[in-house]
Amino acid sequence: MKIHGHSTYEPKSGFTRWLDKRLPIVRMTHDSFVAYPTPRNLNYWWTFGAMLSLCLVVQIVSGVVLAMHYIPHVDFAFASIQRIERDIPYGWLIQNMHAVGASMFFLAVYIHMFRGLYYGSYKAPRELLWILGCLIYALMVATAFLGYTLPWGQMSFWGATVITNILGALPLVGESIQVWIRGGGAIDQATLNRFFSLHYLLPFVIAGVVALHIWALHEAGQNNPTGVDVKTKQDTVPFTPHATMKDLFATSIFLILFAVFIFYMPDALGHADNYIPANPLQTPPEIVPEWYLLPFYAILRAFDFNVGPIDSKLAGVLAMFASIGILFVLPWLDTSRVRSMRYRPIARQFFLVFVVVCIFLGWCGGQNPGNILLKADDFRATLTWVEGGQVVESRVTAASPDAWDEADAQARAVLRQQGAAMTAVTREGATTGSARGVIGGAERTASVSAETVDDLEAAIAEAKTQAGQAAPFFVVERRLPPTFTVTNLSQILTAYYFLFFLIILPVLGLRETPSRVPDTIAKPVTASEQAGAA
Amino acid sequence: MLRAFTAAAAVLIAAAGVAFAAGEAEHPQNYPFSFESPVGDYDMAAVQRGFQVYQQVCAACHGMDHLAYRHLGEEGGPFAAYMERDHETGQLRLREVPGPPEHGGHFVDVVDNLWVRAIAEGVTIVDTDPNSGQPVERPGRISDYFRNPFPNEVAARAANGGAYPPDLSVITLARHGGADYIRSLLIGYDGESQGVLHHNRYFPGGWIAMPPPLAEGAVSYEDGTPTTVTQYATDVATFLQWAADPHMEARKRTGIVVIAFLLALSILLYLAYKQVWRGESH
Repeated sequence: MKIHGHSTYEPKSGFTRWLDKRLPIVRMTHDSFVAYPTPRNLNYWWTFGAMLSLCLVVQIVSGVVLAMHYIPHVDFAFASIQRIERDIPYGWLIQNMHAVGASMFFLAVYIHMFRGLYYGSYKAPRELLWILGCLIYALMVATAFLGYTLPWGQMSFWGATVITNILGALPLVGESIQVWIRGGGAIDQATLNRFFSLHYLLPFVIAGVVALHIWALHEAGQNNPTGVDVKTKQDTVPFTPHATMKDLFATSIFLILFAVFIFYMPDALGHADNYIPANPLQTPPEIVPEWYLLPFYAILRAFDFNVGPIDSKLAGVLAMFASIGILFVLPWLDTSRVRSMRYRPIARQFFLVFVVVCIFLGWCGGQNPGNILLKADDFRATLTWVEGGQVVESRVTAASPDAWDEADAQARAVLRQQGAAMTAVTREGATTGSARGVIGGAERTASVSAETVDDLEAAIAEAKTQAGQAAPFFVVERRLPPTFTVTNLSQILTAYYFLFFLIILPVLGLRETPSRVPDTIAKPVTASEQAGAA
Repeated sequence: MLRAFTAAAAVLIAAAGVAFAAGEAEHPQNYPFSFESPVGDYDMAAVQRGFQVYQQVCAACHGMDHLAYRHLGEEGGPFAAYMERDHETGQLRLREVPGPPEHGGHFVDVVDNLWVRAIAEGVTIVDTDPNSGQPVERPGRISDYFRNPFPNEVAARAANGGAYPPDLSVITLARHGGADYIRSLLIGYDGESQGVLHHNRYFPGGWIAMPPPLAEGAVSYEDGTPTTVTQYATDVATFLQWAADPHMEARKRTGIVVIAFLLALSILLYLAYKQVWRGESH
């Protein structure tokens, strides 16, 4: 990791002088992590990079130990994890660390990414740095998904089924990709084996890309809360001990949160169904991914309608991939020349809404999409029946399936001519059915109302039971109010997610008047210091 | 703008809460189990009684495939044996009841644990005869895993009217509501039944294939604890919680030390950070 400028490293001993001529690894470390100039105004949002490095190390080390005991076999995987938890010395600790560690990793990476978004860390000259970061994130998602399959619980199995199914929605190649990834027609032993292999491989790929990410960081230099470039030596402090100590302190606080989960809430972030061994014959009542993937799950399910020639399933898949893909081109979507949103009063508002939208997308992803959030009125139905009448019955036969409506109307007309007050036609086949009418008797009505469609149907059934045998049949008129469901909310949130990147950032960058940006990093720092002193 | 959005969100969440309230099984009763607090241990007497209820009632249909008899006598288990020093003679002697003494005490390896040995030997295990290779019945060993009442799922279903009694090894982790749910389920019957299904107000859907398993006085307790259905349910739920999470006590104890260490470290690092940045404007 060669960095700009003159190296200040001077080998002191004979050995380090000898080494420096042959493998200048000490020089590189010194230049990258000791003397490396760091903007002096970095706040705590800049400490998450250090936490992420630690998370990667924790996941790899605990993962390597777990792999010594884990058995990637459909009959033994679940039991092998139980054995790790029960019999391996401190196995419970290592297993909890790995499972909770995944959540902590994502928590830190999301804060890190939002930090980059807010302070414009993706803008020139840091585009590649940002793109490498997005690549790391995409690899993390893949690794986490693969890892979640390994315990071979119900959610492991069905999560893998859902995700590989949605790949099958891709046109032309989808089905082949699906079979290729699964290693067969269904999720089975072949799938588990390859998922284990890839889950072991990808973290090392991540480590490689992290090295590139840090290299790119040290080439372009760190961004900072003002977004102003480093101009003089006054703007910076040496990385060690200044940034190092701050990172260590923040990481230690982060570890406390990590420990609270490991030791006191190890299962709080998981799903109870994953303690049920995988059963391909029994679909769980709800299939949800881990919390960190819920926003994308909500985007996937927001598309319950066809988009032109694209059917809803494919549209959802494309939107889900696009929601991550769009991050890669963000440096060219944001047209503003000002990096930090600190000086962009309008963009800042939209950014805060964007953060809330992402959180609510996550909430939607965990809900049943049909759940009703708001409705204009209760679900109501009116039942009408005739009590004490005489029932007449006749057969209905249509000339062809298409002519059914005609035959239906004709049969009713005949019954009404006979004096029937109410008629009902039941279709039994494509062209056959029976018509019934009630002659005489007294007309009765009843109204029911309920909170949901299912409850309404139950209420209707109950009302029918109460009316009992006295009524030969009922006319049921349902009045379903307009509703606002979780899916509707997801659609609005998804729309905002994409509008933020595709419209708001490009347009705002051209039209917004930023507030005054300081000339140097050091200036506002020393100015506030003087104000404080005065 | 942000405030308006937050207000709208709050309304949405409130509305959602109302919408979900309808049409679900009753929420499990919240019982104050000792293990629920961050520093709470297991009530080992309840775990022992719960194991007795499991052995005499539940084990007729439910397996616990991930537990071996030796687990009962390991540190943190309900039948862990300890030696303690006699105050008068100064000799080490075996404690008469399972569990560690207040102070000191030496853990007795499970191989030498007579309670666990007796429990294991009281069970008949089907094994392969080492001489003839034929199936043979023998008394259990501490290394045996809990005897499964059925050789396979088909046999289990055949004996239970098509329903499969789930394995109970991690049942409290595998159900929303955990031990509270298990306890509530066991006392949630109201005597109503429809064919092979029984009404239970805590079971999702309301109708469960398991007949009411517990009857008053069905298991006799040696320690004088009341032999009511509610007591059995509480004890079994406690035992199953231990079975699903046998290292909970060690985990919580370790957690206190780790977090205390991290807090102290954080304070030191904060002071060091302040020291380094003193005189640097930022």
